[in-house]
Amino acid sequence: MKTCIEFRRASLLAFAIFALHAAPALAADPPPYTVKDGDKVDMGTYKGFLYYGDECARCHGPGGAGSSYAPALVDSLKHLDKQEFEETVINGKKEVNTASDKVMPSFGLNQDVAENLDNIYAYLKARSDGMLGRGHPEHLEP
Amino acid sequence: MTSRTTFLAATACVAALSALGTTPARANDELLKLQTTSGQWAIPAGNYSSQRYSDLKQINTSTAKNLRPVWTFSTGVLRGHEGGPLVIGDRMFISTPYPNKVFALDLNKSEGEPGRIVWSYEPRQDPNVIPVMCCDTVNRGVAYGNGLIFLHQADTTLVALDEKTGKVVWSVKDDNPGKGATGTSAPLVVKDKVLVGVSGGEFGVQGHMTAYNIKDGSVAWRAYSEGPDDQIKFDPATTISMGKPVGPNSSLKTWQGDQWKIGGGATWGWISYDPALNLVYYGSGNPSTWNPTQRPGDNKWSLSVFARDADTGVAKWVYQMTPHDQWDYDGVNEMILADLPVHGKPTKALVHFDRNGFAYALDRTDGKLLEAEKFDPKVNWATHVDLTTGVPEVVSQYAPGDQGADHNTKGVCPAALGSKDEQPAAYSPITHMFYVPTNHVCMDYEPFKVSYTAGQPYVGATLSMFPPAGDSNLGNFIAYDVNTGKIAWSDPEMFSVWSGALATAGGVVAYGTLDGRLKVVDAKNGKLLYSFKTPSGIIGNVNTYTFGGKQYLAVLSGVGGWAGIGMAAGLSEDTAGLGAVGAYKQLSNYTQLGGVLTVFAVSN
Repeated sequence: MKTCIEFRRASLLAFAIFALHAAPALAADPPPYTVKDGDKVDMGTYKGFLYYGDECARCHGPGGAGSSYAPALVDSLKHLDKQEFEETVINGKKEVNTASDKVMPSFGLNQDVAENLDNIYAYLKARSDGMLGRGHPEHLEP
Repeated sequence: MTSRTTFLAATACVAALSALGTTPARANDELLKLQTTSGQWAIPAGNYSSQRYSDLKQINTSTAKNLRPVWTFSTGVLRGHEGGPLVIGDRMFISTPYPNKVFALDLNKSEGEPGRIVWSYEPRQDPNVIPVMCCDTVNRGVAYGNGLIFLHQADTTLVALDEKTGKVVWSVKDDNPGKGATGTSAPLVVKDKVLVGVSGGEFGVQGHMTAYNIKDGSVAWRAYSEGPDDQIKFDPATTISMGKPVGPNSSLKTWQGDQWKIGGGATWGWISYDPALNLVYYGSGNPSTWNPTQRPGDNKWSLSVFARDADTGVAKWVYQMTPHDQWDYDGVNEMILADLPVHGKPTKALVHFDRNGFAYALDRTDGKLLEAEKFDPKVNWATHVDLTTGVPEVVSQYAPGDQGADHNTKGVCPAALGSKDEQPAAYSPITHMFYVPTNHVCMDYEPFKVSYTAGQPYVGATLSMFPPAGDSNLGNFIAYDVNTGKIAWSDPEMFSVWSGALATAGGVVAYGTLDGRLKVVDAKNGKLLYSFKTPSGIIGNVNTYTFGGKQYLAVLSGVGGWAGIGMAAGLSEDTAGLGAVGAYKQLSNYTQLGGVLTVFAVSN
């Protein structure tokens, strides 16, 4: 399992290096967020901030910074793509063994999360990309 | 299979008890004696009054400087270790966060050292309970009574273990973790019953306190925090609040529709008992959701103190500290019972340092409110509490419900984790002072609409937390004088103080810090007498005992809990314009995870 993750990381890294070299030709998708003046965000990202605080912060810490028992999502989103992020949120995740008792619940039946999955991703991506600080953002007019 | 085993075990237990000729009253008599026996720590809070006081004097203001760690024990569990050890005779009992191991340790020396494991117990639990626990998988300790050790597991199973062997005598499921109900609290044995509360205020549980019969684990009574009178065990004519009978439907009429069914009011804190009055005391937690605009009304009896008949569960009196919560100010902190002067008048008092930042003194016989003063001068959500009505005068600027949903209410003090959370204070009947571990944290709070799904978070607010303007310390350890309603002295701490305090007849007070120090200070003035950095941050409670004529201090390290949420990277960024750049340091630079018991004694 671990090898598999590391292998995947390695492939991502290889891809990233390749992408870097090929950057001019392969324009990346636009980011899922808009940040202006450091802390003003589009309405979707703002909702993402709110629902992150509601559903995720209790374990993953303020601003996705992690806690003593759950990983920092600002780091996780540097190597998880959107699909992997969505799969984890919807299905949950278990790492229970002698050295770990990390369990993420399934949010698949949670209406607020389902409706805001893109928004939560956008918020965390903005945080992970270093485009947005940890404080309470302002929202741009809808 | 499970139920059959339980049934057989229960039958065996009844047989064993009859063979010993044990009657239900004996449990009470034994505990009544043990809780006042010098050198024992048989009740989670030290004694039924939750004073966390010991008459031991070997460790005192002169000798404290000679304290040394004398033995240690790793629990093998990483998450937050709240609670503290029980000591009965030559045995120490400790419990851990999930997976909720229990260890019985031998205080006799074996191969020259104490701490041999006499027995250990580890339940099998569905790990799906882990993420339904609000703020880490903590457990606040086991209880003892009638030759049994009671463990309240994460999945709400209450299990009775044979004190000598660790064998399961009976077990019972208190509630349903599938709906967000979990177990974190320490039970309390009263007479022939064991009382246990439930966690899950962030998942929309209907909080309850339940008394189980020690003999077989059957339910003696269950009292909910909100709902119809029969469910909350209120007698409309005789249950008193603020000097008057509560009348019919005192809870129902303060909720919209049937919101009370998912109304929270979890009972995850500590329980006290007054044997003379035969009353048990405890508090209820936040109403669900955290979004006040979504649940109009006073939401009774969330955030309340209950005094209930220990035999029947019927409420003698009740007092709601924070009507219509807008801040997550749970009322579950310990109720300290003390006979002391309040404004010069001798009083059978109940003293309670609430999350909302007010220190309450009530007459514990009838619930009359005598005093409510701020124990952190930065508290700003209310100006004062009206002693006639019992209602706090809320400052609209700091009331997220007044400001409305989708509005960020800024600079509210204290933050949701309160001026003090579950970490219990101590009371010294010698100095008449209360020694209180406190948080010094404020917040921005934005409520918004959420939907309820069973077993999913039901929070409805986003918070940012930070130290009060102009301050860099996130905690204080204070001495508080209830007679005058004033802080006697205050030791600033870099981080929230999330460890239960201990006061002794030696004139010293002990507590732990989030960065892992065990500190002993002078009860008179807070002067530091001894400090030792344990392997991990301390959110456990400091207890004391004697064995072989020597006094020991014992404390669990193991950072985590709600305090651990801010651990990885601090609560907020240094650059967030707090006026204290660099002052707020990351806890992770000071300590890492790991459950360890450290035992101290004065070196010869």
